[in-house]
Amino acid sequence: MFRYIKQLTSFVAMVAVLFAFSTEAMAKKSKTLKNTQKKGFVRCGVSQGLPGFSNADASGNWTGVDVDVCRAVAAATLGDANKVKFTPLSAKERFTALTSGEIDILSRNTTWTLSRDADIGLTFVGVNFYDGQGFMVRKDSGITSTSQFKDGISACTNIGTTTELNMRDFFTSRGISYEPVAFEKADEVVAAYDAGRCDTYTTDKSGLAAQRTKMTNPDDHIVLPETISKEPLGPVVRQGDAVWEDIVRWSLNVMIEAEEYGITSSNADSMKTSDNPAIKRLVGAEGELGAAFGLDNEWSLRIIKQVGNYGESYKRNIADTGILPDRGPNQLWTKGGILYVPPAR
Amino acid sequence: MNFKVKKIVPQLITLAIVFLIFGFFTFNAQVNMENRGIEFGYGFLTQESSFDVQFSLIEYDGSHSYARAYLVGLLNTLLVAFIGIIFSTIIGVIVGIARLSPNYLIERSAAFYVEFFRNIPLLLQIFFWYFAALRALPLPQDADSIFGVSYLTIKGFFVPRFVWENLDIFFYSIIAAIISIVVIKNYARKLQENQGKQLPVFSISAGLLIILPLLSFLIGGVSLDFEVPVIKQLSTTSFVYEGGLGIPPELIALTLALALYTATFIAECVRAGIQGISKGQKEAAASIGLTPNQVLKLVVMPQALRIIIPPTTNQYLNLTKNSSLAAAIAYPDLVLVFAGTALMQTGRAIEIVSITMFTYLSISLSISLIMNWYNKKIAIKEK
Repeated sequence: MFRYIKQLTSFVAMVAVLFAFSTEAMAKKSKTLKNTQKKGFVRCGVSQGLPGFSNADASGNWTGVDVDVCRAVAAATLGDANKVKFTPLSAKERFTALTSGEIDILSRNTTWTLSRDADIGLTFVGVNFYDGQGFMVRKDSGITSTSQFKDGISACTNIGTTTELNMRDFFTSRGISYEPVAFEKADEVVAAYDAGRCDTYTTDKSGLAAQRTKMTNPDDHIVLPETISKEPLGPVVRQGDAVWEDIVRWSLNVMIEAEEYGITSSNADSMKTSDNPAIKRLVGAEGELGAAFGLDNEWSLRIIKQVGNYGESYKRNIADTGILPDRGPNQLWTKGGILYVPPAR
Repeated sequence: MNFKVKKIVPQLITLAIVFLIFGFFTFNAQVNMENRGIEFGYGFLTQESSFDVQFSLIEYDGSHSYARAYLVGLLNTLLVAFIGIIFSTIIGVIVGIARLSPNYLIERSAAFYVEFFRNIPLLLQIFFWYFAALRALPLPQDADSIFGVSYLTIKGFFVPRFVWENLDIFFYSIIAAIISIVVIKNYARKLQENQGKQLPVFSISAGLLIILPLLSFLIGGVSLDFEVPVIKQLSTTSFVYEGGLGIPPELIALTLALALYTATFIAECVRAGIQGISKGQKEAAASIGLTPNQVLKLVVMPQALRIIIPPTTNQYLNLTKNSSLAAAIAYPDLVLVFAGTALMQTGRAIEIVSITMFTYLSISLSISLIMNWYNKKIAIKEK
């Protein structure tokens, strides 16, 4: 009998020691970066199909501004923007997939809020799209403003999003009774609203614009002018790997700053000889910016060359596809928008 | 002695390994959560939920707690399970008996129904009833009324609502009727055993069930009013019904799909049960002068039930668990409200999933407990 107990205790001790070592090692170095380089691809969580943000075409190629963030990280860490493994996630699954380590970046039109940032083991690294919640209605309903909403209105939306909370705030503060019809997947929301189950469809305005293209007859629907909430959408990483967090944050920042300095995918190489030191730093011709992350000095050049700057990404994915041709707040601060990132130096 | 040790030691080792594996995963989860700054705890249940739910049996809105939201989801799940079980049993018994009908047309239609519905995945059926049937329903303004008071529309089934006065007296009258029926039934059995006389128990019971509640209306001061749904214009093209009771289309589609699907399996249980009774039993019963109805009621069914009940219990459990597919069509059941919205808003995956799992386990165990009790009651009493 004793023999077994002794073996058991030593086994338990062994397991405990193993754990102690692994957590010790995690605190010191970017384990995520090391794992990513070992695997040879970036594991990225995206939506199940939102045109302009993350959408797969018939042959399985992912495009969108959210997708480009992951591609930028792949270009920076692995040298190839195509080395990304995309995992489509529902709103409900996304945070669990990230915290459990199934993905390393969540770039899925996710709103940055205090409770998400602080409470559930996540860290938001920046904003790649400034959005706000709006309402879509049928054109022939004659509704042109949310002030025409009446008691008994039914609103279709997704579960597990800030949308559900904003919707309640909006209707409750105006004293309007409403029927929330919340689906798990966006496609079903669109189908139900399109069938006439709901009088209005509410989500982020960019989402409304994108989903409108999926309706049987897109021209029959309008997005109302009011914006009822702030929805800063951005990429998210797991808490506890500060270096990885920095890599993702600055991959996004580099794209925005490159646009500010007029560096594009086509002129990036020639910018190496620019007179402006800020530009030279961004294309890796000066300074040692990559070293702080454990990356080489051309990491930012690769992002700009392979993915493009933020403006190129926006034009390719959102403007040229007719979703939101007007950049609105997602314009550089120098051009009247609110895109303003800390300097890369 | 040596033999005993040999028998016990492997068992102890197995037990220890099971414990170790459990401990390993718990420990692992704890370490991982600590590393990611996630705290474990059920404190969130008392926080304000701040989201609304489409359909609730109890008073609820976003100012209530997450615990209340859990209760809303649980009651909605139980509602679907309850209605689904009743409908699937009724359809199942009818179809099961129809499959044994000597009438070729009835027998074939029943067989077709069973083969068709049980061989299509349930989720697809739910989508069919929701999206295909939903699109086929009229908009509120185009709906024809049913008896002038009910409207079946794309936004739901709007029916009149009962407005009761002195509802408690009405309930007492029904309880009184049930008690007298039980007394009369016992008396009738004794009468038959002692004197061989038969009382028309069914007619008397039906009469009592009608007369006593009717009396409560006439002299008990009970009154019943109907609140009829009235159409209301929301905008140029959108309308809705107000007043009355609105049954959401999600609930209708889900119950329909669950009942039609599960009924096929119950029908097969019923058929198996009846066919399991040997022909000699029926012939013997007929030969002592029982009518065909009495043969079915007194000889065949009591024996068939013993075969039918255990597999049917399984189907009830399946129906209840399958009701969690509700999330796909926006019916606010436990999975959608609690393991969906609440999980997302709080981010407490482990806590909420564990509560939800435990809840389904409890519901299933309760159902099988009740069915086992019933099964024991009708089992052969060995003396």
